[in-house]
Amino acid sequence: MDFELTDDQKRIRRAAREFAEGELGDAIAPYDERQTFPHEIVKKLGPLGFLGVLVPDEYGGAGLDYVSYALIVEELCRGDASVGITMWAHNSLCTNHITVFGSEAQKRRYLPRLASGDVLGAWGLTEAGSGSDAAALRTRAEWRDGEWVLNGSKAFITNASVGGLAVVLARTDPEQRSRSISAFILERGTPGFRAGQPYRKLGLHASDTAELILEDARVPAAGLLGERGMGFVHALQVLEGGRIAMAAMGVGIAEAALGQSVKYMNQRTAFGRTLAEFNGLQGMIAEVAAEVEVARLLTLRAAYLKDTGRPARHAAAMAKLFASETAMKAASKAVQIHGGAGYITEFPVERIFRDAKLTEIGEGTSEIQRLVIAREILQLS
Amino acid sequence: MNIVVCAKVVPLSSVTIRIDPATRRMVRKDVSQELDPQAAKAVEEALRLTEKHGGSVTVVVMGGEDATIGIRGALAMGATAAIHLSDPALAGSDALGTAKALAAAIRKAPFDLVMCATESSDSYTGLVPGQLAQLLGVPPLTFATSVTVEGRTVTIKRQSEGGYDVVSAELPLLVTVTTGINEPRYPTLKGIMGAKKKEIKRYTAAELGLGPAEVGESGAREKVLTVGRPPARPAGTIIQDDGEGGKKIAAFLADLKLI
Repeated sequence: MDFELTDDQKRIRRAAREFAEGELGDAIAPYDERQTFPHEIVKKLGPLGFLGVLVPDEYGGAGLDYVSYALIVEELCRGDASVGITMWAHNSLCTNHITVFGSEAQKRRYLPRLASGDVLGAWGLTEAGSGSDAAALRTRAEWRDGEWVLNGSKAFITNASVGGLAVVLARTDPEQRSRSISAFILERGTPGFRAGQPYRKLGLHASDTAELILEDARVPAAGLLGERGMGFVHALQVLEGGRIAMAAMGVGIAEAALGQSVKYMNQRTAFGRTLAEFNGLQGMIAEVAAEVEVARLLTLRAAYLKDTGRPARHAAAMAKLFASETAMKAASKAVQIHGGAGYITEFPVERIFRDAKLTEIGEGTSEIQRLVIAREILQLS
Repeated sequence: MNIVVCAKVVPLSSVTIRIDPATRRMVRKDVSQELDPQAAKAVEEALRLTEKHGGSVTVVVMGGEDATIGIRGALAMGATAAIHLSDPALAGSDALGTAKALAAAIRKAPFDLVMCATESSDSYTGLVPGQLAQLLGVPPLTFATSVTVEGRTVTIKRQSEGGYDVVSAELPLLVTVTTGINEPRYPTLKGIMGAKKKEIKRYTAAELGLGPAEVGESGAREKVLTVGRPPARPAGTIIQDDGEGGKKIAAFLADLKLI
């Protein structure tokens, strides 16, 4: 058993940390406050390789492993979770769906543009009335006059309005249940395809989330991604990687919360002592630090399984469940440790607290993760 | 244009430096190292010059085995190749010994321009660049806040107390850069992975033609006698405001001739 990162992985983590410390953090606060997308900062991600982390070298990506990827996501989310989710939703969902299931022509056409950051990618599975429940998916794609015509809408989509490209799941065979959903690539500017107004959200204010609206959106035959009818099966595999990224996001947010708590406890005094000297608060820090470590180990193990070609679904679900709940707990404790200062926007923990909640919801809620884990343990189909 | 950057690999800035009381040297073993942020500015400036004028950037580092991480850092930024002077016989060299080793390594290949930080961010002697220029027989242009090249003429803005002087000389020469000259680029993921494939040449003291009389502890003519903490600052004066506080502060400042 070897817990040591490779020299490459260490260098990559250091590079991501340097970028996050230099460019994110407090620099994102004004965007968060105004609820605007930090285009200027996201633009810097592409040239550094952060928008094509898993894309093979031949298509313009960095061609890295999942462990390196998880380390990058953790560091960027530690710097700022809005920029972090913008980056990993682009990498794990849209880009990875095309990387893993795209035809050679689709990979040549789209991956270089995605990996360089020329376009950001969005990925649409969830609808207002369906998330993890495939049977309830209502968006339809009909084959009419030599092209696909899509109708419906996708809800809560990251990068929906800033993205130049989206992968969208739609029902192609209404009668069949299991093999009735297919994936499509839609380019911005396709008639009948648009994004709704960005949502106003609890947290992640500097990330873009909106509806994707399809009204007789026409997609040529070449826009079908993967085999017809295999869309949902493929989507579940894409989500496996997405859960590892969301777990890494949880670790990053938790680490940020812990770092803020440590800093504040060493600065703030009460009754003639620093907060760091109070037993009760020490207990909070110790507990959170231990849980962050567990979350990180689970996340890196899920990434390692993925890298070694082994089933990672169970491990990814466990990592995602634990890391997201750790993020929420670490953020909540951080606000508590800060007291009144934690409740106002002047200190970063208020933002971290709002951002953390999403990790328990996106990529399958904590309840769905528990279901996935329990089904595997109880051997239910 | 062949540019050689002399760089140092130093403990991470977040590390608290310890001094070994026996050798009076900084403890570098098991301490996380990085490319000296000052040297990174020299590397950045060299890369910008070659991006504009063509050529290569070779980084020369003298240091132990664990300096590799910093050398790879410079290669990840885009340096073409690196030379690592790692030999127990070089350990304990003083500034002049270091300059001799660097000069011998630089002379092994044709060069146009040598670039250094003004001083390293761990020991701050600031002596090596001047000694190196002397040993290489080239003019030093120091404290550059900008560097431009036209043909064979290098012009720098030399930082001075009140502004800057414009100084120029013909290649080959040596330039030292100041902290404010640029903001070094972040290494790209491709740069990091590509750095592994770049060549790091290694030379021992013997291969540089240097013996114990010139380098290492035995060759050092400069000795560190003691290492101490800076004197503790005297306690400040606390003025209690009993209604006359303002006057007392004014009197205090007047005593210091500040008002």
